[in-house]
Amino acid sequence: MSNVNLGVNLCGVDFKNPVTVASGTFGSGMEYSEFVDLNRLGAVTTKGVAITPWAGNPTPRIAETYGGMINAIGLQNPGLDTFLERDIPFLKKYDTKIIVNVCGHSEEEYVEAVKRLSSAPVDMLEINISCPNVKEGGIAFGTVPSSAEKITKAVKAVAKQPIIMKLSPNVTSIADMARACEAGGADAVSLINTLTGMKIDINKRTFALANKTGGMSGPAVKPVAVRMIYEVANAVKLPIIGMGGIRSAEDALEFIMAGASMVSVGTANFNDPTTTIKVIEGLEKFCEKQGVKDINELIGCVK
Amino acid sequence: MTFRENATIAKASKLANGVFEIWFETKDIAKHAIPGQFISVYSNYGERLLPRPISICRVDGNLLRIVYRVVGAGTDEFSKMKAGESLTIQGPLGNGYELDKIKDEVLKSGREFKKALLFGGGIGVPPMLELAAKLDIQTDVVLGYRDSENFLKDEFLKCANVHIATDDGSVGFHGNVIDAAKNEGLEADVIFACGPLPMLKGVKTFAESLGVKAYISLEEKMACGIGACLACVCKTTKKDEHSKVNNARVCKEGPVFDAAEVEI
Repeated sequence: MSNVNLGVNLCGVDFKNPVTVASGTFGSGMEYSEFVDLNRLGAVTTKGVAITPWAGNPTPRIAETYGGMINAIGLQNPGLDTFLERDIPFLKKYDTKIIVNVCGHSEEEYVEAVKRLSSAPVDMLEINISCPNVKEGGIAFGTVPSSAEKITKAVKAVAKQPIIMKLSPNVTSIADMARACEAGGADAVSLINTLTGMKIDINKRTFALANKTGGMSGPAVKPVAVRMIYEVANAVKLPIIGMGGIRSAEDALEFIMAGASMVSVGTANFNDPTTTIKVIEGLEKFCEKQGVKDINELIGCVK
Repeated sequence: MTFRENATIAKASKLANGVFEIWFETKDIAKHAIPGQFISVYSNYGERLLPRPISICRVDGNLLRIVYRVVGAGTDEFSKMKAGESLTIQGPLGNGYELDKIKDEVLKSGREFKKALLFGGGIGVPPMLELAAKLDIQTDVVLGYRDSENFLKDEFLKCANVHIATDDGSVGFHGNVIDAAKNEGLEADVIFACGPLPMLKGVKTFAESLGVKAYISLEEKMACGIGACLACVCKTTKKDEHSKVNNARVCKEGPVFDAAEVEI
């Protein structure tokens, strides 16, 4: 056993380490459990779920780009009933925390979902106000500070679990968005969701994605994400879950030093389903080598 | 069971213009593979993050063979690799042609299970080879090619009655595989197919006209390859058990579907 403490506490919830997965890249963990011992993760963050099933966008839904990809899945999900009957009992078999990502078409749908999740055995809720691929819901609430504050207040009024507001990078000032969520009573923020992008299929003379645009993710976006974590860390007191192109412990450490209390591995799961484990082991090794006894010492250490 | 391995290339060669094969030495993947399944092949270059899903063409003990067309930078990278080098691969993935289950379904539909008709079009030809080799009933296979570069044809001859259709008419029937089958009056108790979407649509209609079941292998852009990301869905006629909407995952519920159960 190592004598490094990797445990972190966000909003009163204890995580065995600061590593989770980015919503939408890991399903509810079921498919990945063949490759990853879910017990080892700080938390599993589930794919966005709404009160009713969503069919998502037409295909093609993804395209590879240099050092990353763009996606426009469109928040396909089986709806809360199935999620609560099938996915949550599955995850409860593991010794890991559960963060549920919530999406909706309207404020009422978000509120209804959060209400119904209030009695579920889950640890935190992440409110997706930043999906670039769904017009109503998602991004509609995530680009104007006053809308973000309003929806934060609305979900906080009914939530039993701590609320994480997931922020879009497709804004003039992500710090202003974080301040608005803080003013609305958010318990934490997570960032960054994907950057809106486009790819053209030059042979077919059309868009690579049926949705025309998609959210860009992967290692290519990492410098943008680290910069935004730093800006938000300097703008609000809320804990931050950082993500955007993390594929190694070194990447994760940049986010942590910029101010993230936890980090999420997203697109890298597609390249190697065991990336999360490699990041956790790498964090421990780094701390041992550098004589860091507690990973909390590193959070926001770069001012 | 799915396995992730750094697999050594036992043999790599060019089969036709733009079409290549790789034989991998695998620890577990080949042993667990069935016809119609695929593997994810990962680039050795970090800027290409996503695996390339490639169908399994042949299995021989621990050896697993893929035959693929170069369509972009990733497959171009693979095509330049040599024996002794290695690639990370993951598999076997997807459902494949589950022959016992399919036989039951065909018998249940009131047909016998004595005559199979296989259609392979272009780069949909390779997965039909392992299937033809595994089928122990009378098997006719119609292979569609662009021209006279009829890769794998000689190997099909060892396990099936082979009919060729070419776009340019240089070999066999001048036209598509469906018209070739009609031209020869081919009939079957069950149809299997892999190829471009227009061909699969034709197969579906042809199977309906014969009143037989068709099992078709679909293709879609994938990211995770294991059923988590929901990129590679296809439209289903009935509500899918996993998604609760009319979408099935090509990488998980597929890539092989009963043609009557998908909208193509």
